[in-house]
This record gives sequence, structure tokens and C-alpha cells, in this order.
Amino acid sequence: MGETLGSLVTIAITYAIVNNVVLSQFLGICPFLGVSKKTETAAGMGGAVIFVITIASFVTGVIYKFVLANEYLMNLGIDLTYLKTIVFILVIAALVQFVEMFLKKVMPPLYQSLGVFLPLITTNCAVLGVALNAITFEYNLLETVVYGLATAVGFFIAIVLMAGLREKIEYNDIPKPFQGTAIVLITAALMSIAFMGFSGMKI
Amino acid sequence: MSQIIIATLVAAVVVGLVGIILGFFLGISGEKFKVEVDEREEAITGVLPGNNCGGCGYAGCSGLAAAIVKGEAPVNGCPVGGAPVAAKVGEIMGVAAEEGVRKVAFVKCAGTCDKAKNDYVYSGTRNCATMMFVPNGGPKSCNYGCLGYGTCVAACPFDAIHIEDGVAVVDRDQCKACGKCVAACPKKLIELIPYDVKHVVRCSSGDKGKDVMSACAAGCIGCKLCEKNCPSDAIHVNGNIAYIDQEKCTGCGICAEKCPKHIIL
Repeated sequence: MGETLGSLVTIAITYAIVNNVVLSQFLGICPFLGVSKKTETAAGMGGAVIFVITIASFVTGVIYKFVLANEYLMNLGIDLTYLKTIVFILVIAALVQFVEMFLKKVMPPLYQSLGVFLPLITTNCAVLGVALNAITFEYNLLETVVYGLATAVGFFIAIVLMAGLREKIEYNDIPKPFQGTAIVLITAALMSIAFMGFSGMKI
Repeated sequence: MSQIIIATLVAAVVVGLVGIILGFFLGISGEKFKVEVDEREEAITGVLPGNNCGGCGYAGCSGLAAAIVKGEAPVNGCPVGGAPVAAKVGEIMGVAAEEGVRKVAFVKCAGTCDKAKNDYVYSGTRNCATMMFVPNGGPKSCNYGCLGYGTCVAACPFDAIHIEDGVAVVDRDQCKACGKCVAACPKKLIELIPYDVKHVVRCSSGDKGKDVMSACAAGCIGCKLCEKNCPSDAIHVNGNIAYIDQEKCTGCGICAEKCPKHIIL
């Protein structure tokens, strides 16, 4: 048990900070740049992503294990694992829809605060990335969920930090060619370099 | 050969089944988690302008619609749509719309570049809010006047306010009185006034007459000539600045004539 817990903690810290999903794996750049203008909305997006990725990693994990890679079909010589991308996209899209309905009914305040970010997550490649990577890394179900949660927390950290920086950038005198997305990309690159500092960490 | 066909068929069946199951699942949960929305709420949201400007004080047009249905907001709660929208909303709610007074924003400063003096030349960030950190609150000698860096222009969702000759000027026909500029102005210079007012004081300097004179050629010096000459007791000088009570003002125009600085319009 102690060993499992240790490996889970390792996964959590690795993917929340060291291998940050945005700043060192370059997944989910679109919402990272798109909704990082204000800290509040960035936190909303981060919260929604944490919510969806954690659930999605569990559900896709179950589907992979019991549908695509089940032993019965494997024994018949039929390998369906190559279908994982298309099936996962289906599942994630449906899941986001479901989560939206569920929240609207059960937790209206949370639904209101997440607002438009919830449906936007369908197109967040970090969600699919987590689901596919968990298979590549051969994680079991618990590890997959922890991996998903940690990745999403990493996304949250990155997008909130970015929003904080962008709010300050607004007041700076930026040369014309660098205004807008250009300076944001440069900022993201600098943040990425800063996060590389964690990569020497041995856990 | 048959092995390949079977594998392909199984793949098609699996993807198809997953799709169908998810479809059913979503359909059922859609029914199960259906949120009862008052029909009137959607109808009102459809009638409202849809700018989501927040001028009504609620979070966007749907927020106002919800409040109207609940009875928390009046049917003419939308300042942007004005009377036509209020009438439509009233129809949906089955209430006769009260006639709302159309308002417009008004900038209480006339210190254009040629009239207001500058203490120094400023060439930093052009943003009214950052002027709080600049000596004397900006280059203008007058500490009350419009800075002219366009924070209100950026805040306006209707393109109704512009900087003309160093001072913000409201386009009265474009203005929907949403109040965004009123909130954005760090000098608290912008006020919502009824559209049909006759006269307004175009200055908000609270300085003494002598100081105003040295800072701006278009400033209220608090001479009280307007107050003394007003036949309907509508204009008063309070804290070195004239203010017109629009309810008492009859629009005779005597104050505008008497004002030595010609700042009553």
C-alpha cells in the first residue's frame, strides 16, 4: 500500500508541476491563450478543466479496459485498441454535455460560474491527451484518475499564473509589433523556461 | 481474409454501439435533468438587445430576464432598449410598461486642449487609471478635469463616447445610458442625465475661483451669478461648483447667458 501511495504522489507532483501540461507538454494551449485575460475567468476555466479531466480520465480508462481492450476479443485475435482516439472523442464530448446538464440541475451556482467554459472544454486537447497518455504509460485505473487530476491542477496553475501576468502586461508600454498575442506567446515561452527549472527534480 | 472482415465489422459495431449508447444516455439524462425554465424568461431574453452590457445591474440580458420574470426588476429595467423594448417585455409579462425617462451620459468638463493648462508634458501610458500614480494626477493643471486618455471610450460598448480635443464627448444619439463610462471614469466626471435637459454645467472643479482661473479658461469659478439670477431657484453653487436641479429647471436659459465662463450649456 505504501508503495502505491508513493507512486501516486510521484504521479501527482510530476504532472502538476514538473511536466506541466501546458508549459512543458504544450497541450491545451488554445484555452491557455484564449481565456487568460482575467484571473477570475481563468480560475473558472481551470476549475471546469479539473472537473472534466478527472471524470473523463476515469470514464475513458474504464471504456478502454472493458470495451476496447477486453480479453474476450483479444483472445479472438481482434484488437480494437486502435479505435481509442475516435471512441475517446465521442466519450469526452458526450461527457461534457452530460456534466453540463447535471450541473445545471444539481448545482446551478457552479454551472453559472463555469458558464461558457464548460462546453469549451470539449475542444481542449489536454482532455484527450490525458486519456491517450494514460494508456501509453500503462497506468491502472487509480493511477489514471490521479494522473488526470494532477494534469488538470497543472493546467489550473498555469492558466491562473498566466492571467495574473497578463493583467499586469495590460499596463505596460509594449512596442507595436509585440502587442496582443505576440507578447502573450513570449510570456508563455518565458514561463515555460521557468518551469523547466523543475525538470531536474528527482522525486 | 474473413478474419479482416470480422475485425472490421466488430470495430464498426463497437464504435456504432458506443455512439448509440452515448446518444441514449444523453437523451435520457437530458430528460431527467431538464431544468424548468419559465417560458416568459426565454421570450424576454429574445426581446432584450443582447449586448450583455450589464447596464441594468444584472449579469447580462438573461440575468435581467430572470429578474423580470421573478418580479425583482421592472419591465423597463433595460436602459439600452428604452421604451420599445419595455413595451415588448410588458406585452410578454402582461403588464403595461411605464414610460421610462431616456437618459444619456454627460461629461462634466469642457477643458479642451486650448482652454485647460498643462503643468508638464506627459508621454507615458495613455490610460486614465494609471494617472493616479502620476504627479498631480496627470499633466492637466486642473485636478478635477477630464484626462482625455479614453478609459471611458474603451469601456463604451456602443461606440458612443469619444475624445475630442482632449476631452471626452458623448454622442447623445448613440448613448444608451448603460453607465459603463460612469463606472470607468476615475475622476467621476460622467453623470447620467435625462435626454431632454435644457442646461447643464460643464465643469466639476471644486477648487476656489482663483485656482480655477489659473488652471483652465473653461472652469466654474463659483461666482454665483447663475444662482442669483435663476428665477426658479434651480441652480446652486455648492462647494465652489454650480449644480442644476433638473426637476426645478424650466429651461429659461438665464444662467447660460449670465455665466461669465460660458460653461453652462
